[in-house]
Amino acid sequence: MITEALVLSAMIFVLGTFGVLVRRNAIIMFLCIELQLNAVNLAFIAFSRLMGIDGQVFVFFVMTVAAAEAAVGLAIIISVFRHYETVNVDNFKLLRW
Amino acid sequence: MYNALGVGVQETVETATQFQPFFPGLIILLPLIGFLINGALALRHAQASASAVRLGGELDLGEGDHLPATHTLPSYVAPGVMLVAFLIASVNFARMLSVELHDPHVIEYWTWIATGAFTVEAAIQLDQLSILMTMIVTGVGFLIHLFSVGYMRDDAGYPRYFSYLNLFIFFMLVLVMGASYPLMFVGWEGVGLCSYLLIGFWFSDREKSDAGKKAFIVNRIGDFGFLIAMFLLFGMFGTLDFVPLFSQAADLEYGSGLVTAVTLFLFLGAAGKSAQIPLYVWLPDAMAGPTPVSALIHAATMVTAGVYLVARSSVLYALSPIASATVAGVGVLTALFAATIALKQNDIKKVLAYSTVSQLGYMFVGVGVGAYAAGIFHLMTHAFFKALLFLGAGAVIHSMHRSLHRTNNHQDPQDMRNMGGLRAFMPITWVTMWVATFAISGIWPFAGFFSKDEIIWQTAAFGGAAKAPYPMLYQVYWVIALVAAILTAFYMTRMMVMTFHGASRTGVEEVKHLRESPPVMWIPLIALALFSVVAGWINVPEALRETFMGLGPLTGEWLHDWLEPITEQAHHIQELNLGEVAEQAPFGGGEVTWALVSTTLALVTVLASFQFLRRQNVKVPAEDTELSGFSKVLYNKWYVDEIYDRLIVQPLIKSSRFCWKVIDAKVIDGVVNGVGWAARALGFVVSMFQTGTVNMYAFVLTIGALIILGVSVF
Repeated sequence: MITEALVLSAMIFVLGTFGVLVRRNAIIMFLCIELQLNAVNLAFIAFSRLMGIDGQVFVFFVMTVAAAEAAVGLAIIISVFRHYETVNVDNFKLLRW
Repeated sequence: MYNALGVGVQETVETATQFQPFFPGLIILLPLIGFLINGALALRHAQASASAVRLGGELDLGEGDHLPATHTLPSYVAPGVMLVAFLIASVNFARMLSVELHDPHVIEYWTWIATGAFTVEAAIQLDQLSILMTMIVTGVGFLIHLFSVGYMRDDAGYPRYFSYLNLFIFFMLVLVMGASYPLMFVGWEGVGLCSYLLIGFWFSDREKSDAGKKAFIVNRIGDFGFLIAMFLLFGMFGTLDFVPLFSQAADLEYGSGLVTAVTLFLFLGAAGKSAQIPLYVWLPDAMAGPTPVSALIHAATMVTAGVYLVARSSVLYALSPIASATVAGVGVLTALFAATIALKQNDIKKVLAYSTVSQLGYMFVGVGVGAYAAGIFHLMTHAFFKALLFLGAGAVIHSMHRSLHRTNNHQDPQDMRNMGGLRAFMPITWVTMWVATFAISGIWPFAGFFSKDEIIWQTAAFGGAAKAPYPMLYQVYWVIALVAAILTAFYMTRMMVMTFHGASRTGVEEVKHLRESPPVMWIPLIALALFSVVAGWINVPEALRETFMGLGPLTGEWLHDWLEPITEQAHHIQELNLGEVAEQAPFGGGEVTWALVSTTLALVTVLASFQFLRRQNVKVPAEDTELSGFSKVLYNKWYVDEIYDRLIVQPLIKSSRFCWKVIDAKVIDGVVNGVGWAARALGFVVSMFQTGTVNMYAFVLTIGALIILGVSVF
């Protein structure tokens, strides 16, 4: 049972990582990060069956932080969009050496 | 046992023969109080005095008796504290006279240093030697303070001058009354500081402030020796307090290497402070200071500290024949060398400066041949007659300066070629300075005769001792000492003739302004002249008494007996190892004969050179370039300053420049700046990674995470 759960978690995590690396759309990248977080949540839940309640507590923390991050992140994306009228990250190159 | 001022709190039943000190702490404390009062006043008026120094360093106060407010308090406080200190010292002296004090009386105030095995008490030692030195310092010091009231009257830095002078006396008293080497060293450094401050008193003149620096730096070389000697002594004895140290020292092996090393290092310190070859060069330059300072610091007291140091350490020196021979040898060479330079100097103070160096040489001959009492005796008589000579010269310079100043003449008031015939204007100065000249030349019955002759005789006697270490050497010393004595008589007469006799070369207008000094200046001259006559009578050896003292029931060999508790250990060691000293001089003749010979020689020299020089026309002003041959060498002081400059100063400047320009500017700055440059370069390269591309950041982050994962798994 745990093996399947962990395999699923790993697959979702890799999918998320892949998405972050190859996509250029900021919102998609953002969603992929959420995917990674939830893959980790899944692994926590799976392990909590073996190792007690701690993993589930952690999941709540991750969800809370993810919610806060989503609020801030989306706000940034919106204000960037208002400026550039695009969410393609290739266009955001102002902060460089 | 004792309260803060050192008054004995009686615990035991007092016996009549016990020495009761009388507020000895106050002797040291009073000059310090004087320094604080005058110093505070000097600080308050620093602004006014600084601006006056810029304008030429002088307030022309005119002839009236009115003194500015800044002058009133120092005029009373500075000589006042000295007078009280002298009176207290006299009471202590009188009490010591009335009892048999064998062991030094040490009064401990508090613990100054306490680290492990090394403790130093802030303690003063009252014994025959220290009370004698204290009397000289406070007594001569008081007279010179008094003289300064007149001499420095027109100077804007008046309170500052007296604060330095009081501070000097404070440190000098710490030097002579301290009960251990470290305390003596405190005084030693303190008087060096005051010497520096007072030489450079007119600091707006570059040459004068440089002279102060020279004195300070040359003395550092000597102080290095003093410090090394203290370390060695602590290593040998585990204490630096005089009383336990000297009682342990008596058990040392005669002539051991360690004692020789210690005494030679101590002598290096003494040679620096007392201006002996090779470190004498600072003293002639020190004449840049006000003339009373030259009298007090650079003739009567501070420069004799080296002699005091050797006499204080007499036990150690008696144990080392090599060190003693070195002390006497350096002394006798200095005596001759400085006397030759003095022959050709034209600056009145320079003549006296070289004369001081020469006389200090005699003192070192005395303590070098084991005649510690004779060395101290000459120290004392020299303090009187040399202080008198300097104060007399000061009176002359004061008068000359005023006369040249009034007539807007810019000639040098210290150059004897501008003087001549001054006896008509300054009779008191003239007479008193002749007294001092007779004294320094060693003419009976003046003080210098007894002290100098004692030293010369002891040199001969020591060389003739049964088991003398280097008999030939001491015979040479003896001959040189006699020759230097004749030179002394000559250059002193030359100075007197050039200054006071012959026709006046000052100038017609200028002569009208020449005056005798005010009483505040000539009273000290007369007091010192009195001592320059009688001071020698306190120590007349048995052999001389019949021939030379028809002067009534006098004290005999008082000083020698008085210092016996200090020197007896050293004398004991000498007698044990060298046997009895000789009764005959190298070419035959006893003490009386040679005393007669030397005083006759001195008298003949004075009379002959007086007749000869008086007729010689001193050109006004004789050009320095007219000299040739040996006179030129002497006039240029054997080119010693030039040789030192070439051999020591220039290489030092070059190596310092190398350290500065190459090692510091290139190597050290290169490393420091290189580190900064490298950090910036690295930062520049790394900053290339900040491309602004979000995907690249994510990619690098992922790779990094994978690497960390890989490392932690495998």
